[in-house]
Amino acid sequence: MLIKKPSDIRPSEITSETNYINRRDFIRAGAIAGGSLITPGAIGAVIPEAGLAKLSDIAVSPFSTDETPNSIEDISTYNNFYEFGLGKDDPFKNAEDFRTRPWTIEVSGEAEKTGTFDFDEFMKPFDLEERIYRMRCVEAWSMVIPWVGISLAEVVRHFQPTSKANYVAFETLNDRDQMPGVRGRSLDWPYREGLTIAEATNPLPILAVGIYGRVLPNQNGAPIRLVVPWKYGFKGIKSIVKIRFMSTRPKNSWNMAIPREYGFYANVNPKVSHPRWSQARERKIGAGIFADKQDTLMFNGYGEQVAHLYKDLDLHRNY
Amino acid sequence: MNTVQQIRFIWKPIVFLLCLVPAVLVVTDAFEITGRLGANPVEEIQDRFGYWALRFILITLSVTPLRRLLGWNWLPRFRRMLGLFTFFYAFMHFLTWLVLDRELRLADITEDITERPFITLGFTAFILLLALAISSFAAIRRRMGRNWQTLHNAVYAVGLLGVWHYWWQVKKDISEPLIYAAILAVLLGVRLFWYSKRKKPG
Repeated sequence: MLIKKPSDIRPSEITSETNYINRRDFIRAGAIAGGSLITPGAIGAVIPEAGLAKLSDIAVSPFSTDETPNSIEDISTYNNFYEFGLGKDDPFKNAEDFRTRPWTIEVSGEAEKTGTFDFDEFMKPFDLEERIYRMRCVEAWSMVIPWVGISLAEVVRHFQPTSKANYVAFETLNDRDQMPGVRGRSLDWPYREGLTIAEATNPLPILAVGIYGRVLPNQNGAPIRLVVPWKYGFKGIKSIVKIRFMSTRPKNSWNMAIPREYGFYANVNPKVSHPRWSQARERKIGAGIFADKQDTLMFNGYGEQVAHLYKDLDLHRNY
Repeated sequence: MNTVQQIRFIWKPIVFLLCLVPAVLVVTDAFEITGRLGANPVEEIQDRFGYWALRFILITLSVTPLRRLLGWNWLPRFRRMLGLFTFFYAFMHFLTWLVLDRELRLADITEDITERPFITLGFTAFILLLALAISSFAAIRRRMGRNWQTLHNAVYAVGLLGVWHYWWQVKKDISEPLIYAAILAVLLGVRLFWYSKRKKPG
């Protein structure tokens, strides 16, 4: 498969050899995080996410942006994760005791390899990479986040989808006991998302398991979440428990909730306004009160890698 | 000191300062003295001023029902101040949108007002509030005669437009707008009830 690389890669950014994860370290890191090393207090207290378990043997990726990433404070206190509440700081406050171990991921549908896997077993075949990506929320704000994760394309290939697999569907954990937001009916739970198989096998999407070289804070979708940098943030489904290869297009939660406002594709597009606000510009989180907004880029700046996927698609209708 | 003087020289200044607290907190939170504005301070500032505008319109609209139900006949003396604080917070909310959110770009501002119904509603409510605020000066009030009360009946429309603006703004969960709408319904409902009773003979 031909992998298109961004034109702005500096030779120094390409690693000479592939690094492999020290699996024992990774498993131990997960166990520590699962054992609640984390004790976040109220906002304003020291952000405890800096104390999360470290990941090791992380390869550098040519797909990373050289923009400066946001602080861990911004990344871990300003989240949309409705399972833990509707306010931006609710996930930070309410996900403190969320149990991310033991964790199982069920892979099913149109694929040769299917089954239910323990998280560490699921991770074993794949290499960790750091991917510093822009993240553009449909609400017209953006961040730069130094994710650590595994290539979704490699995950898809590993499970050998059949010729009938046109889509990949994902589901978030749906646990009333642990997730206060699930007790409310803000969305039709569980949270669902999906990609076309062509999107899922593009080299950009990752399943992220960390940020800043440490395991994911719970409120960012621990232990494993999707990151699709050219799409609005709501496509990045968090705390994944199910992956299903499907022949028909899966439902996605925000489209189910308000189909007029949120589509299946959700590609970042400055030319197609949300019915209630313009998508032409975005507020960069962390830039300060009086900073100008910045222009939103088509496909969030990742057009070179993904524009070809949509060349026959009317993006105004397929928003 | 009689009651009127007490209200004027003691209670009004106290209430005035209390009404300013939310605005002061925005400033002290911005400098991280009392708290913080979070990762998206512009959104936080805009939301806080908006919430307080809504709260103050509900507080202002509860003056008459509270006076009638509890016999607090001194309460209407605070009505103009409360109404002007509604305007103040709505104005700050409007300014935040105009300067920090729309960055004074004329095309963005007109697009918002003409193409986004929830902003059309909010903008209309603000223009009405502006008219009420300007006409609240005693001299203008005297000059307007009976027209003044007619104009100031628009306060009910401001309440409806404001809550409606909030309702259409939220992404999905309408539980909070619903609370504001329920309080507004009670405040307007008792007025309708009293009005209907007044009209009926006996």
